[in-house]
Amino acid sequence: MSTQAPSAIEKPVEHVSGITVRLVGDSGDGMQLLGQQLTNTSALLGNDVATFPDFPAEIRAPRGTRAGVSGFQVQFASHEVHTPGDTLDALVAMNPAALVTNLADLNKGGLLIVNDDSFEDKDLKLAKLATSPLEDPSMENYRLIKVSMTRLTKEAVSEFGLSTKEADRCKNFFAMGLVYWLYGRNMDATLRFIHGKFSAGKSTIAAANEKALRAGWAYGETIEALGHSYSVQPAKLTAGTYRNIMGNQALAWGLLAAAQRSGKELFYGSYPITPASDILHELARYKNFGVCTFQAEDEIAAVCAAIGASYGGQMGVTTSSGPGIALKAEAMGLALMLELPLLVIDVQRGGPSTGLPTKTEQADLLQVMFGRNGESPLPVLAARSPGDCFEIVQEAWMLATQLMLPVIVLSDGYIANGAEPWKIPDVSKLAPIPVSHPQENNNPDGPFKPYLRNELLARPWAIPGTPELMHRVGGIEKEDGTGNISYDPENHQKMVHIRAQKVANAAKLLPPQSVEGPASGDLLVLSWGGTYGACLTAVQQAQSAGMSVAHAHLRYLNPFPSNLGEILAGYKKVLIPELNMGQLRMLVRSRYLVDAIGFNKIKGKPFTVTELVEKISEHAK
Amino acid sequence: MNTALKVLKADDFASDQDIRWCPGCGDYSILAQMKKVLPEIGIPPEQTVFISGIGCSSRFPYYVNTYGVHSIHGRAPAVATGLKLARPELSVWVITGDGDALSIGGNHFIHLLRRNVDLNIVLFNNRIYGLTKGQYSPTSVEGQITKSTPMGVVDHPLNPISIAIGAEATFIARSVDSNIKHLATVLKRAAEHRGTSFVEVYQNCNVFNDGAFSYAQDKATRDDATVELEHGKPMIFGKDKDKGIRLKGFSLEVVDLADGKVKEEDLLFHDEQADPALVYLLSRMRHPQFPEPIGVFRNVEHGTFEEAVRGQIEQAVEQRGRGDLQKLLSSGDTWTVKV
Repeated sequence: MSTQAPSAIEKPVEHVSGITVRLVGDSGDGMQLLGQQLTNTSALLGNDVATFPDFPAEIRAPRGTRAGVSGFQVQFASHEVHTPGDTLDALVAMNPAALVTNLADLNKGGLLIVNDDSFEDKDLKLAKLATSPLEDPSMENYRLIKVSMTRLTKEAVSEFGLSTKEADRCKNFFAMGLVYWLYGRNMDATLRFIHGKFSAGKSTIAAANEKALRAGWAYGETIEALGHSYSVQPAKLTAGTYRNIMGNQALAWGLLAAAQRSGKELFYGSYPITPASDILHELARYKNFGVCTFQAEDEIAAVCAAIGASYGGQMGVTTSSGPGIALKAEAMGLALMLELPLLVIDVQRGGPSTGLPTKTEQADLLQVMFGRNGESPLPVLAARSPGDCFEIVQEAWMLATQLMLPVIVLSDGYIANGAEPWKIPDVSKLAPIPVSHPQENNNPDGPFKPYLRNELLARPWAIPGTPELMHRVGGIEKEDGTGNISYDPENHQKMVHIRAQKVANAAKLLPPQSVEGPASGDLLVLSWGGTYGACLTAVQQAQSAGMSVAHAHLRYLNPFPSNLGEILAGYKKVLIPELNMGQLRMLVRSRYLVDAIGFNKIKGKPFTVTELVEKISEHAK
Repeated sequence: MNTALKVLKADDFASDQDIRWCPGCGDYSILAQMKKVLPEIGIPPEQTVFISGIGCSSRFPYYVNTYGVHSIHGRAPAVATGLKLARPELSVWVITGDGDALSIGGNHFIHLLRRNVDLNIVLFNNRIYGLTKGQYSPTSVEGQITKSTPMGVVDHPLNPISIAIGAEATFIARSVDSNIKHLATVLKRAAEHRGTSFVEVYQNCNVFNDGAFSYAQDKATRDDATVELEHGKPMIFGKDKDKGIRLKGFSLEVVDLADGKVKEEDLLFHDEQADPALVYLLSRMRHPQFPEPIGVFRNVEHGTFEEAVRGQIEQAVEQRGRGDLQKLLSSGDTWTVKV
């Protein structure tokens, strides 16, 4: 870090390698919008970024209360980042409830910016505080900047003749302007956003928001309490064109890509559920891609309609979160018996039951592995980051069509709403996913055999409308080959084995497991899903500190990669951090008889790097 | 596709599977009429799909040589909706029962009807759960003794036709398994209708609920216990065609035509496009107070669901051009990192 002489602006600029900032306020204060704009702007400046939006399930929880606090954390840096950061360099709090529920994460000496106008007696009462936290002696630990945001915003936009409520709503843009000045963020992208969002008929609102944004910036330049601003240089990413992308968006786009690669029209059956609904919203916008989005009457109808579409020869997809997946279970078993390709995507949230709708968790692994009646294995893949969602659904659709079975993809709330810079792929270089439908009867001696299999044990995907191939499929056990109803004991055992072997055959189509770090040593950290970034960063830090530790991140949870057993055998200990009670650990233990150690957190929050490094250091030297 | 059009016969729709319904089951009759009607409709077997749920009736797809899905309990309407959205050109039939459609699948049934997906749904109503061996169903009558109601059913039954009207179904009909001519006519008209065609068939389960509809089936009683709905004609019934149905205020009454006091023109003339409120009144006609109507209750035109859904897709392509994935991925704010 160095302090430079002032350049274009009067105040000096301090160069730092990375900043973690959290913006907190009421759920109606526009904190998510502010966070997304800051993320997008930072990505455009070439920083690597990672985000953690954290908001209540209620749309507008009672104003000013602790329950209504909505937050958005972002880390932007001139180096690679894989997590939104453990602790905060700066906290922007719009009211007392937001301040007291978030202050614990602010570093000592960190910057604390508050909207001073919302610390009146009534605000303190709503936050259940007897005295103002701003008067607390602990404030000495922080660089407290009290800003009269409500008043300053009102003054800034007075020329537009807005109502008190409308003027008040502009204050998040004032806060944004101040944060932008503080971290040397360019305002252009946000100005484009403002004028795009409030276009026809709302140009006054747009102008007022711009004014508020610029007023916030000017305020930063002016006040003496802020002696200098910061600068974070671009990160060294590999060459290419980038954009900022969120998990659910990447997932929706990945589905479009999978449909295109396989020459299929996408049929998307869904029922609204947090945190998966944004996929429905996203896909509903792309009807011109031939996408059919069907908002069904319930979760069961959503998956059943997708099965119907797959039977008709389309790309059937359904998405949900844990509670919805529970409802779909029987239909997933049906698709498995029909041996039709289908994608079932579970954007996990805190459970059980309704649980924590807007918080993240990894506790659906065993549900998707075993949550169906009978012997009913299915392939399970898990995305590791927002951008990865684009790839993984394409890979899943490749498996589904090659093996003729439903494939489950796990995402989670943290990935779904998180954002990261994403290198835009060259679509022309995406290989086709080969799909074919038979036109000829495969049985010279009689009717078409819908369950005659190829070398991967996949059956032909014969679709209605094809002459001579009429056949019936159903959930009742069937004779191999003909598909006729069969209760024969030998046949049932054979079919159960075939269906299991089909899933096992997925391993033949997938790459082996890779390891970051030495192939043997004290400790292997084995992770899966959305904890990738935190685990990777923690292992890298431990390795830098000289510890004997490596990292393997699982993308394929069923079947496991064929070389996983070998990898596990290379280390004295295996540590499996999970945001659940040890679900992968149970699978790994039973499969490989390895006495894996769990590190389990069930707080609706991602791991911090610090807690992972601490855990690693308990087991590695 | 074959170049020469083949004349289809009932046998062309017969599958090679043994039929496993109980001897004497009403399902046989419905299957026979379906196989008779399918060639008359003129859609080849490969363009026809039967989708069912769970129950005795739901084994139906295995017995017709078309495409077929034997799905899960109550969900056939949802599977069929997905198929029809994917492949609007196919002729799709949903085969269901009173438990499948009205109990476990009640939700999907209502939504199928209100969306007006262009398919046909045939509900085999036998007022009992047959495949699970004799529990009461949502159409079982109050007081009915079944295995699960040894002291009699206490639930008030659902009326499938009333529900269909409530869901604003565009084609609603009823027939009887043993009245084969009538059944064939109704099935054919259902197939001809664009939109969801709902047909309730009174079907005898001779094992667990024998004679539930004997009043409508037996030659001796059926003319007095049913009234055939014919569009534009007065509602007359009875062995001697001597009784009629008349509208009296907001309700219906049975009137005697024998003494000449009431004339034909005083009777209710059936109108398949009548106000739903009137159709609802017809659906409430229950034996023995009233003869139960059979035939087409309602037949109105309304845009189909798949037409509207596909229409939006076509409109989007027309307005914005066929989607370009590369353009989409590169849309909005981007930045370039040089080597």
